[in-house]
Amino acid sequence: MRTLSYVAALREAHAQLLSHDSRVFVIGQGLWSPWYAGGSMQDLEKEFGRDRVIDSPVSENATTGLAVGAALAGMRPIVFHPRMDFMLLAVDPIVNQAANWSYMFAGKVKAPVVIRAVINRGGEQGAQHAQALQAMFMHVPGLKVVMPATAYDAKGLLIAAVNDGNPVLYIDERWLYAESGHVPEEMYSVPIGSAAVRRRGRDVTIVATSIMVKESIAAAEVLSREGIDCEVIDLRSIKPWDRDTILQSVARTRRLVIADAAWHTCGVAAEIAATIGADAFGLLRQAILRITLPDVPAPSSAALEPFYFIGAADVVSAVRRMFCGPLK
Amino acid sequence: MQHGDPPISLLRQLYRTMVLIRRFEEAVADHVTAGEIKTPCHLYIGQEAVATGVCSTLDREDYVWGGHRSHGHYIAKGGDIRALMAEIFCRATGCSEGRGGSMHICAPEVGILGTVPLVAATIPLAAGAALASKIRNDRRVSVSFFGDGATEEGHFHETLNIAGLYRLPMLFVCENNFYSSHLHLSERRVCDNIDSAGQLHGVPSVRVDGNDVLAVRDAAMGAVDRARNGMGPTLIECRTFRWRGHVGPSWDMDVGIKRKDDLKQWIDRDPIRLLREVLLARGESPEEVDAVETECGDLIEDSVRFAKNSPEPDPGQVLQHVF
Repeated sequence: MRTLSYVAALREAHAQLLSHDSRVFVIGQGLWSPWYAGGSMQDLEKEFGRDRVIDSPVSENATTGLAVGAALAGMRPIVFHPRMDFMLLAVDPIVNQAANWSYMFAGKVKAPVVIRAVINRGGEQGAQHAQALQAMFMHVPGLKVVMPATAYDAKGLLIAAVNDGNPVLYIDERWLYAESGHVPEEMYSVPIGSAAVRRRGRDVTIVATSIMVKESIAAAEVLSREGIDCEVIDLRSIKPWDRDTILQSVARTRRLVIADAAWHTCGVAAEIAATIGADAFGLLRQAILRITLPDVPAPSSAALEPFYFIGAADVVSAVRRMFCGPLK
Repeated sequence: MQHGDPPISLLRQLYRTMVLIRRFEEAVADHVTAGEIKTPCHLYIGQEAVATGVCSTLDREDYVWGGHRSHGHYIAKGGDIRALMAEIFCRATGCSEGRGGSMHICAPEVGILGTVPLVAATIPLAAGAALASKIRNDRRVSVSFFGDGATEEGHFHETLNIAGLYRLPMLFVCENNFYSSHLHLSERRVCDNIDSAGQLHGVPSVRVDGNDVLAVRDAAMGAVDRARNGMGPTLIECRTFRWRGHVGPSWDMDVGIKRKDDLKQWIDRDPIRLLREVLLARGESPEEVDAVETECGDLIEDSVRFAKNSPEPDPGQVLQHVF
């Protein structure tokens, strides 16, 4: 069984897509830099040429618009934003244009574009290099949103996104780049819209996104030593999201915690909590808990970061809180 | 007008297209006034020479992008008139099946992948189609039509730079009609110098009389030739005027005396009459020239009948076309 890192899996997915489909090209900032994309695009321009791996001017709006326009004209572009924050300069082509296009023209013209955006929290980078904005884009009809948490999914979800036919926002997490896992050599797709159960458990379901999957698995190990058996579900797709897998799990555990390292208000966790709260009201023993970032911008100072960002310890204490209450 | 000696058949064809657009828009205006069309309509009356001149230099496969005022681009590129009128009536048989209305129209079979009303939004999309053509090496050209207001958006300047840098096969066609909604150009820009925007980005730029269809066509022919031969984009500023209001059929007297005086001068330079004079000077009889009126009138009458007889979109399908 071959093992690859998350970042190497990402690079391999790009290389295989470029090699197998002449409609695929990549455009964005930092693609020819040895470090900008964290190794995920290393030397691809040497292999596939600078006409198909295009390091762009500092024009997020225009490069994203170019990718969308090329998609409308039959290509399968990937537009790269080295920080999700920078992508906000390109909201018009993503939200007004790509997401609406199929509907506005009754499905006659579609925008099969992949917008790849990177989250990179911590490191004293502050408020404009650390935002996790998946919920803003989850809100928009016509746009799919995926967040791979493993090396296997980093590759399989990118391939699925390029082949999907709809605009897909693909969000990868810099802090997962070094994580390793099984990654087959052949091209494969991970179906968009399906979650994965990463750890089986009886007592509580933890639904997690992106880096919080790893953190929740670590938390589950701690909690298992305390006699609390956690089931951990990797959401993988933010939109559409896999209601059935969560409902099936909650039907057994009857408790739900949602961990999403993004702002609290109107977040991914809020959406899942509202839906499962309505659909599984009679099954739940306790109120659903959300583990999220406070509604505050990210600080820079390393003295403040630990009090802002969330991790395994926050999951552990939330689940403990749940079990300290009176059991029904 | 002095443009050498274009063949008479070409002149007739240009004339027919301009008349077809004019009469189409007048029919739309009448039905808006009558309350039968409710979608916001931004009429192209007065600007017909721009779409007609530029699109006369394009092939069927070439791409055309527009904005909120794009009925003329659609017709000049050869889109189906019935499907356009039906869309403006928001019927199921419309080019966007009633999802679009006047401001979101498409005719992918003739290279119109969609026009949308957000000002300047299709400029980078047009560049994207040009980039697709460049990567595929299929020699298609992509034309972006936009108004003077769009030159105030970042989309325009970012895209000029990238298109110049990558030598994309595209045309930036600015239809400078001097008004963005109610604001005159002088209230929005320090200088009347849209054509100079290209120079900053290494994009050759030219200013032409947008009411002279042959001047527009000459400029576009040169630009299309450059684009097809790998020499990159061109910016063409076409100076023209819309006769009606920003939106709807009114003559827009509400924006003041200044515009009223402007309007009179521009109506005196009606692009259709200017070409009519060329045709007559070339020996066509008034009867021959005016014969096109009957043909265009019939086509438009047919399209209105088709639209009115078409069903409304099925409410059962309101959720379709999104995954």
